[in-house]
This record gives sequence, structure tokens and C-alpha cells, in this order.
Amino acid sequence: MDLQTTTYLVVGASFALYIGIAIWARAGSTSEFYAAGGAVHPVMNGMATAADWMSAASFISMAGLIANMGYGGGLFLMGWTGGYVLLAMLLAPYLRKFGKFTVPQFIGDRFYSKSASTVAVVCLLTASLTYIIGQMTGVGVAFSRFLNVSSDTGIYIGQAIVFLYAVFGGMKGITYTQVAQYIVLIAAYIIPAVFISIALTGNPLPQLGLGSTMSGTDMALLAKLDTVVTELGFGKYTTTTAGSTLNMFVYTMSLMIGTAGLPHVIMRFFTVPSVAAARSSAGWALVFIALLYTTAPAVAAMAKMNLHGTVNTAVKTGGDLYAEESSIKADERPDWMKRWEKTGLLKFTDKNGDGRIQYYNDATKNPEAKAKAEAAGWKGNELTVNADIIVLANPEIALLPNWVIALVAAGGLAAALSTAAGLLMAISSAVSHDLVKGVFMPDISEKGELMAGKIAMAVAIVVSGYLGLNPPGFAAGTVALAFGIAASSLFPAIMMGIFSKKMNKEGAMAGMLAGLFITLFYVFAHKGIFFIKGTEFLNLIGGANPFFGITPEAFGAIGALVNFAVAFAVDKVTKEPPEHIQHMVEAVRIPRGSKMVDGAH
Amino acid sequence: MQHSHDAQGYWKATLGLLTKILIVWFMVSFGAGILFADLLNGIKLGGYPLGFWFAHQGSIYIFIALIFYYGKAMGDIDREFDVHED
Repeated sequence: MDLQTTTYLVVGASFALYIGIAIWARAGSTSEFYAAGGAVHPVMNGMATAADWMSAASFISMAGLIANMGYGGGLFLMGWTGGYVLLAMLLAPYLRKFGKFTVPQFIGDRFYSKSASTVAVVCLLTASLTYIIGQMTGVGVAFSRFLNVSSDTGIYIGQAIVFLYAVFGGMKGITYTQVAQYIVLIAAYIIPAVFISIALTGNPLPQLGLGSTMSGTDMALLAKLDTVVTELGFGKYTTTTAGSTLNMFVYTMSLMIGTAGLPHVIMRFFTVPSVAAARSSAGWALVFIALLYTTAPAVAAMAKMNLHGTVNTAVKTGGDLYAEESSIKADERPDWMKRWEKTGLLKFTDKNGDGRIQYYNDATKNPEAKAKAEAAGWKGNELTVNADIIVLANPEIALLPNWVIALVAAGGLAAALSTAAGLLMAISSAVSHDLVKGVFMPDISEKGELMAGKIAMAVAIVVSGYLGLNPPGFAAGTVALAFGIAASSLFPAIMMGIFSKKMNKEGAMAGMLAGLFITLFYVFAHKGIFFIKGTEFLNLIGGANPFFGITPEAFGAIGALVNFAVAFAVDKVTKEPPEHIQHMVEAVRIPRGSKMVDGAH
Repeated sequence: MQHSHDAQGYWKATLGLLTKILIVWFMVSFGAGILFADLLNGIKLGGYPLGFWFAHQGSIYIFIALIFYYGKAMGDIDREFDVHED
């Protein structure tokens, strides 16, 4: 069977599975729609959370980013997993005890203020909408690369599938499809990694393979990779940091608290039956996430090694990388390179006209590498490689069978669809529960609210699809913004709501607004006001990264600090929260008396 | 709900546990994985330089252990102060 037919079969089967689950898990009440009836087993919820969390970016792009960044890429690995420790200990069990459907409802009730809840809704909608644009584009990209349809058609198909199980199933349908999607995506990620690890090191576990010696030599894989990339003028793989050590530190912190503050992740913990289950479920979520996140660095280093080995034969033989015959002849490059050149993800230009491919860092600061390249008559790097290739073309680089390539397609789609569905759920519950029921129509019946939820979801699907089809120029920068907002506004507000009995509404609101404002200010100074080109105001703040060299993507943690500081300062000079609120905080802190989540305001 | 339990004692025990866990959380990621990574890279764990291993592998394993330890220790504290769920 040819590759195209196999891919259609595997992807088609996975879609049939998701739709089957959707029909089985229809939501009949608001409790099922918002919180899957509060009856999801903690291990199941862990799997669903993992699928919810791991987006098209985690699946397709992360290993490639790490391959490019080397050691510094560890900030994504630590940042996006360490956040679960914070979530498990500081937020999830308490919010589960509080027992309401949404994050803004907690903020509104705890800070006894509709305005506080509305600020939270605005933060939630901005974070979720910016995040979902990336998912929808991801769906389109995955479809167009694997199924030979246009990216637009891909988005339409994706919208239709998500509509089927999200609108009818609500949180219940989403939860069980996410479990299925997790299994598809993790199999798709790990199987090629195992094959590659065996081929390079003889060890079937990629996590151990990365620390092993290369097959047939006594040289460690990482040491070999360090030697090859340094000789070619790239930074040393195991030590190159992301900017300064301080920047890496702050960036990691921002991703951690951003992760813990993302509403679509937090609300997954409203679906488990008890406080104890919320605690253990966070652990299971991290187990399932770690399966991918500990494999990714192995995929990154091994694929990088394979790529260099493909275009430079001296990588395998240990000969002179700069010898003429080491660079492969362009005519003899493998078929998979030609295939991916068509997509533009791989580009080859013969700059020195010798008919061979030279892949090295031509902007190197390493004088030795520079001299060698000049002596060899190299006239610039001839191969540009998009980071996504590392995962997408990995099975082909390693010459794996067609069904593995088809599985990777299904896995990429599962990752994008599951995250999109989780985000849509967060958006629709904020609109129907916190805005429609909370602010505009407090008397709405349960049936009416359920209908409002479904309509909000359908509208959100159409809007996000539209934004995916016509991505605003700023689409690329948006995920960082979502983390920045979650870190600087939502996380500190929720945490203070639980850990400080005396925090009042004035403090919390001033804190949220200050954190949000300073973060947006710093990001917009670099990327333009609302990402509009030409409105950057860097000279106003003294050049790029003026705050101790911290990049705008890494700024969320600073925003959170500002939030905490402002909140406590304002809290000191305004009056204490009322007695019953302080009692409520005490009740939230202990597990006894937990009940099913409900929607009462 | 009754208020017969020792709310202050319970909260103190909880914060004590959180502090202990957060110290380990900080040490393995920000400590071993970032601040002291260069230093630790002199030590090898198989083919892994140790600092690199903490940043790309080790901290994640320890995070998992921390959450499950937290769940268990918290359950013990809940029972000790008689505030556990039925």
C-alpha cells in the first residue's frame, strides 16, 4: 500500500474513533457539559490533561526547537513540566474544593466582586483566544503536510470534527476523546523514537539511549554530537544557554507559573470526584506528559545527529568534516530531502557551485571553524532546515515503514485537535457561565444555560477557524503572550485568594491589572502595540531587552512579581475582606466537605 | 461543616510540607539544571553531563516524584487533623 493510502486509512480510523466516542458521551446537563459530571477517574483525567496540554507545538515543534537550542532548550522541558508541581500543590486541590465550574467564578466569589470576575474573564478570553489561533493553524498545517489537501480545507475539516464532539459532548465528550487522542499521539511520538534510538545506540529506551555510546564505538552520543557541531561552527550542544543564565532562569519561571495559571488546564481538575483525586490526578497528568517530554530531548539530539550524518559522511566515519568528498553530492541526496524541499521546510542552494551540500554555521564566532570553512572553499551554509522537520521527517530520515509515518500524521492531528477542544471549552464556559449567567441573565434556566454554552462554543469554533484561516500578523508571538497573561494575572490572583486570608478585592484587582499592564507594556514595546508592525516603542524604554537583558517571552514572571507587590501594597491601605469571605477561605483550605462541582452563584 | 478541627495547626503543617517540596523543586530545576549546571557538567552520568541531564531529564522525573509524595503526605496530614474526605 502506498504512503498516501496508508495515511488516509490511519487518520480516517482515528477520526471515526473520536466521533464514535462523541456519540457515546453526549452531555445532557450543565454539570456534564462543564465538568463531565465530576466523575472522571484521576488517571483518565491525567491522560486527558496531558492531551489537553500537549499542543501541535509540543508535538511538532518542540523537539526541533531543542535541536536548535541544545542545552538551553531545557527551559521548555523544565518550564512546561515544573508548572504541574505548582498546579498540584498551590491551585488544583483548593479550586476543586471550592467546587464551581470556572476560574473567573472563583475569583469573583473569593474577591466578592463582579468586576474582579469580569477582569478574570477578560484575561481568560485573551489568553485562550490567542492560544487557539496557533492550534487552528496547526490543524491546517498538519492536514496540508500529511493529507495533501490545502491548509484551508484542513481547517474546515478540523472545525467540523471539533464541532461534533465538543458542542454535543461538552466537557464529557472532550474528556473521553482526549483520552483516545492521548493514546494516539503518544504512540506516534514514541514509536519512531524507539526505532531511532536502537539504530544509533542499540538501546530501545530513548531516555537511556541519549546517555549511551554510539553503536560500534565507545564514544558517548552527546560527546560525539558536541564534537561534530562545534567543529562545524555551531554552539556546543550540551552547554549553549538561551541568552544569559538569568534570562534562562526567568524564562523557565515564567513558563512554570504560566502553565499553572492557564485556565483550560486548571478546569480539567474540576472533573475529578474529590480533592484527593485532584492531587493525584496532577501527578498522573505529569507522568503522561513526561512520556513525551523526556523523549523529546532524545529525538532532538538523535535527529540532529542523523541530519548531519546524512549530508556529511565524515560524521559517521570520524574523518575530516571539511574534506571535499565528505559533503554529499546534491544529485545523490536522499528522496525524503527532495520531498520536504517541495514544502519549503527544507531548502538547498549551491552557493559555491561545487554540486555538493555544505551544512554548517557560516556566522560562527569560532575562528577555527571559520578558517577551515574558508580554506575548504565553502561560500556559506547551503541547507536551511525548519525546526518542524525534526519530528515530521524523522521517520523518513530513519527509513521507517509507511505505517509509522501515517501514525505521526494522526498523532500531530490528535495533538492539535485535543488542545483546541480544551481551549474552546474554557472559552465557552467563561462566556455562558461567567458572562451570560453571571452578569447578564442571572435567572437563566439550566436548559437555557446549556444552550448558551453550546452556542458560545459554536461561535468560538467559527471565530477561531476564521482567525486560523486569516491569521493576524502576530500569530507567531501569541503563545508567549498567552503564557505571559496567565502568569502575570491569573496565577497570582488565584494563589493569593487561597493563601492569603486577608487579601481583599482592591488588592487583587489592582494586582491583576498591574501585572497584566506591565507584561503587555514590555511585550508591546518589542513587538508593537497589539502586534501591529511599526508601533514598537523600544527607544522609549531604552532598547531591546532593557530589563536585565530579559526577553519579552520570559517576562511573565516579572509581571507576576509586580502583581504580588502591588496587591499587597494596596491591600495594606484598604479595608479587610468581610468575615464570611475569610471563613470561605478557611473552608477552601480543608478537603472535608468537598462536593460535586456545581454552578450556583 | 464543623470547625472543631485545629485549622491553624493544619494550615501550618500544610505550609511546612509545601515549603519542603518547593525547596527540592527549586534545587533540581533552577539549581542543578540552570545555576549550577556548568559545575555539574564535570560529572558524568553515563554519557550525560550531569547538569545537562538535570535540565533535559532529571528534573522532570523528580517533579513527578514530588507530586505523588505531596499527594501521599497531604493525605496523612488530612487524617492527622481529621479533615479528610469520607
